[in-house]
Amino acid sequence: MKLNQLTIKEARDGLKRKKFSSVELTKACLEQIKKHNPSLNAFITVTEKEALESAKKADETINNLAIKQFNNYPLLGIPVALKDLFSTKGVKTTAGSNVLKDYIPPYDATVVRKLKDAGAVIVGKTNLDAWGHGSSGENSDFGKTLNPWSKEHVPGGSSSGSAAALAADMCIASTGTDTGGSIRLPASFNNVVGFKPTYGRVSRYGIIAMASSLDSIGHFTKTAEDAALLLNVTAGKDPMDATTLSNPAEDFTENLNKGIKGLKIGVPKEFVTSELDKEVKEKFGAAIKTLEKLGAEIIDVSLPHTEDGIAAYYIIQPSEVSSNLARYDGIRFGNDRSFFGDEAKRRIMLGTFTLSSGYYDAYYKKAMSVRTLIKKDFENAFDKVDVIISPVCPTPPWKLGEKINDPLKMYVSDVLTVTANIAGIPGLSIPAGFSSNNLPIGIQIIGKQLSENLLFRVGNAYEKETMFYKHRPKL
Amino acid sequence: MNYKPVIGLEVHVELKTKSKMFCSCSADYFGQKPNTHTCPICLGLPGALPVPNKKAIDWCTMIGLALNCNIPLFSKFDRKNYFYPDLAKGYQISQYDQPFCQKGFIELSNGKTIGITRVHMEEDTGKLIHEGESSLIDFNRSGVPLVEIVTEPDFESAKEVVEYLKKLQQIVRYLDVSDADMEKGNMRLEPNISLKINDKGLSNKLPNYKVEVKNINSFRFVEKSIEYEIKRQEEILNENKTPAQETRGWDEDKQRTVSQRVKEEANDYRYFPEPDIPPLRFSDSQITLLKSQMPELPDEKLSRLIKEFQLLKYDAEILTREKETADFFEKAIIDGKKENINPKQIANTIINKKVDIKTMLPAELIKNILSSKKTDNVDENKLEEIINKVLKENSKAVADYKNGKENVIMFLVGQVIRNSGLKLDANLVKEKIKKVIK
Repeated sequence: MKLNQLTIKEARDGLKRKKFSSVELTKACLEQIKKHNPSLNAFITVTEKEALESAKKADETINNLAIKQFNNYPLLGIPVALKDLFSTKGVKTTAGSNVLKDYIPPYDATVVRKLKDAGAVIVGKTNLDAWGHGSSGENSDFGKTLNPWSKEHVPGGSSSGSAAALAADMCIASTGTDTGGSIRLPASFNNVVGFKPTYGRVSRYGIIAMASSLDSIGHFTKTAEDAALLLNVTAGKDPMDATTLSNPAEDFTENLNKGIKGLKIGVPKEFVTSELDKEVKEKFGAAIKTLEKLGAEIIDVSLPHTEDGIAAYYIIQPSEVSSNLARYDGIRFGNDRSFFGDEAKRRIMLGTFTLSSGYYDAYYKKAMSVRTLIKKDFENAFDKVDVIISPVCPTPPWKLGEKINDPLKMYVSDVLTVTANIAGIPGLSIPAGFSSNNLPIGIQIIGKQLSENLLFRVGNAYEKETMFYKHRPKL
Repeated sequence: MNYKPVIGLEVHVELKTKSKMFCSCSADYFGQKPNTHTCPICLGLPGALPVPNKKAIDWCTMIGLALNCNIPLFSKFDRKNYFYPDLAKGYQISQYDQPFCQKGFIELSNGKTIGITRVHMEEDTGKLIHEGESSLIDFNRSGVPLVEIVTEPDFESAKEVVEYLKKLQQIVRYLDVSDADMEKGNMRLEPNISLKINDKGLSNKLPNYKVEVKNINSFRFVEKSIEYEIKRQEEILNENKTPAQETRGWDEDKQRTVSQRVKEEANDYRYFPEPDIPPLRFSDSQITLLKSQMPELPDEKLSRLIKEFQLLKYDAEILTREKETADFFEKAIIDGKKENINPKQIANTIINKKVDIKTMLPAELIKNILSSKKTDNVDENKLEEIINKVLKENSKAVADYKNGKENVIMFLVGQVIRNSGLKLDANLVKEKIKKVIK
C-alpha cells in the first residue's frame, strides 16, 4: 500500500512508530497530485513548498516528542487539502471565481488555524463550483473537476476538488463546506466519507460565506473514524463566530466501536420515491439489510415537508447569497462584478427579488415558516428513532454537461440533502457500493442536533462490515 | 393660510466604547492615520464574521431607558442592503423591526411631550476622502457603534427641536456613553419637516409629503435649516402646490437648504435578519440591573437640587448642565458643611466666579470662600475717624443718600474700606456709616 493511500489513523500510527516520515508521506501526496491533477483538476493551488516545509517541521517535532505529547498534535504531519473557500494567510483563496482570482487573505480561517495547530500539513487549495454554487463541480472559473472513477462523469459539487483529491489519494483528508449537500453529495460520487456537522459545531470564521444560516464546515475522509478524529480538531466554540455553540469538548471517537445493536434507524418514506434511480434504490435496500444484520431496528418514519425543502432552500439560500456577495462590488479585490459567472448572477437576482419589499412576505418569510416545519418534522421523527438513513443523491454521478444548461435539474439533485441544512442537523455520507458501470453510490446517516457521536458509530459499524472504502479508482 | 410645522428627528449618536461594534479594533478613530484601526471584520474581508459588542448593546439600552422606552426581551440584528463605496460588506448591520428600545418619550420645558419611536443599534460606515482626481476610503470609522434615536413628528418649531437636542446631548453625556461632540461627528442630526394647515388640532392627518434635511452637525444649523424650510414650504403651499418629497442639505454659505435627492419611492433596503448573529434575549433582571447602574439623569438631578438645597431653578439649571459641575457642587456642599458655608453661597460662587472645576478641588473652593469672608479687626474709634473723613469728602453722596437714594451707601462703604487699607466686613461698615449719618 502506498503512503498516500493511508487513512489518518494509519498514517498517524506509521509516523508515531517512525515507519516513515511526514516528508515521505507528503511527497507521496504531492507526487500523486503532479501525476493526476492535470487531468482531474482537483486543485486550484498546490502549496508544495510550504507543505514540504511544514512536513519537515512536523518530522522534527515527532523526533523530539515524547509519545504522550504526540497526542497533543492529533494531525501531526498529516497532509490535508482545503476547499478554496477556506481563508489561508498568504495563500491565494479564490472561491473558484475569477472575482477573487488574485485575492490573498491576510488571515487564516479559525478551522485552518486549528488544523495547523494540530500539526496538519496543508498541501493545497481544492477546486469547487464558484462560491459553492453547484452540485456537479463543473461551475468553476478554473475549469471543471473530473471524477476519478470516470472522467466522463461529474465528481459532484460544490466541494468537487476536495472529494476528487481524496478519492485519488492526493491527500489523507480534505475539508469542505456543506450548504445544501456540497460535502455529502460529492463524497457519495467519489466513494469517500463526507461529514456535515451540526450548524454551529464548527466555526465559519474565515470561510467565504455562501448562505450564512445554512453553511456547515465539514470534511472528507476515507473512514468514519477519520471523520471523528478530524472533528475532534475542528469543533468548538469560537469567539470569532457568534453562531458557534458553547458545548463542552467531546471526544468524537468515544463511541465508535460500540456497535449498533438495538439502535432504531428510521427510513423516511418521502426519501424513497419512484423518482429514485433504480440502482440507487437497490444499493440503499442493501444498506438497510446490512444495518439490520448488524442488529439495528429499521423503522418507517415520515418527514412530510421534504418536498417543500428544495423550494424553501432556493429562497433562503439565494437571499443570503445576494447579500453575502454584495461586498464584491468592484471597489476592492481587483475584479468587478462582470467577473461573476451566470450561476452567481442568477442567485444574486433571485435573492434580490425574494428580499424586495412587497415580495419578502410571500417568499422569504414563507420559506422561513417552511424551515420551522421541516425542523419540526425531524424533531417528530427523532422522537421515534435514533438516526435516519437515506440515499445521498437520487442518481449516481451523471455525465459531464448533462445538467449544466438546466439549473432546475441541477438544483433538484440536492433534494435529499438540503433538509438537513435547513434543520441545522448533522449528516454523514458513507460509501454504499457501485453502479453497474462502477460509479460510486452513497448513503447518508442523519441525526438530531449534536448527535455526531452516534453518526460516527453507525458509519463505523457499516463501513467495517462493507469495506467499500477499500475500493480505489483506476486512474 | 395659517400652517403648522410637523417636524420629526433622527439622531445618530456614536458611542465611545473602547472597541468597535463587531470586532476588537479600537473605536477611537478621530484624527488617526487612515486604515490603521482595521481588521478583516471591519474591512468586510471574505469569511469574516461580526460578534456584537455587549457594552454597546448595554449602552444603547441605557439610552432607551433614559428616554422612557420599553425594552423588549427579544431583539435581533438585521442586514440593511445597499451599495456605497464606504460600506465594506455591501450591507450595514442594523435593526429593522425589533429594535432594542421602543416607544419612549421626553418632556420639554413647556410641558410638551415628544414621542420617541425607537432607539436602535447599528454600525458606522467608513469615510470617503476626495483628493483631486481620486477618491480614497478610510475604514477606521467602519464598524464604530452608532445608536439611532428616532422621534415621532411631534415638534412644531425649531426651538423645540433644539431644546430636545440639548437634552439628548446632556443625557448621553450624563450616561457617559458618548462624548456627543458635534464637531467630531459624534452626533449627526436629520430633521424631517413638513407643514399642515393649522386646523386647531381637528385632524391628525400628516401632510402627504416630507422633506428630510440630512447629516447636520450643529444645533444652530438645524435651527436655521428648519426655519428656512418652514418659510420655503409655506411659499410653495401658498401657490397651491405641494413641496417635493426629497432629501435636502444645509448650505451654510448660502444660508439655505439645497435639494440633494428627490425620492421617487422609498428606498428598498431588502432588510432581513442577520444570519451571522443569533437573536438576543434579555431577562427582566438584566434590564433591572442596567437600570440600577444608570446615574441620576439631568431632570431628576435638577428637581432634587432645587428641593434639597432651595436653589433657584435658573441656578440649578446652570449647575446641572454638565454632570461634572453638579457633582462638584454636591461635593463642595459636603466640604462646606463643616465650615458653615451654605449651598446657596457655594452655588453663587460656582456660577458667578466661573470656577474651573477641572483644575480646582471642591475643598479648595470652600477654602477660597472662607478666606474671602475673613475680615480684619479694626479699632472702633479709628473706623469712625475714617468714616467721618469719607463722609466729609463725599458730601454730595451723603446728601443723595439722605434724599432717599439708598444705593449710594454701598459707594461710601467702598470708599471707607479703601481708605482703611484693611479687609473689612462690608456689612459692619455699612451699619456703622448708617449710624454716623443719623
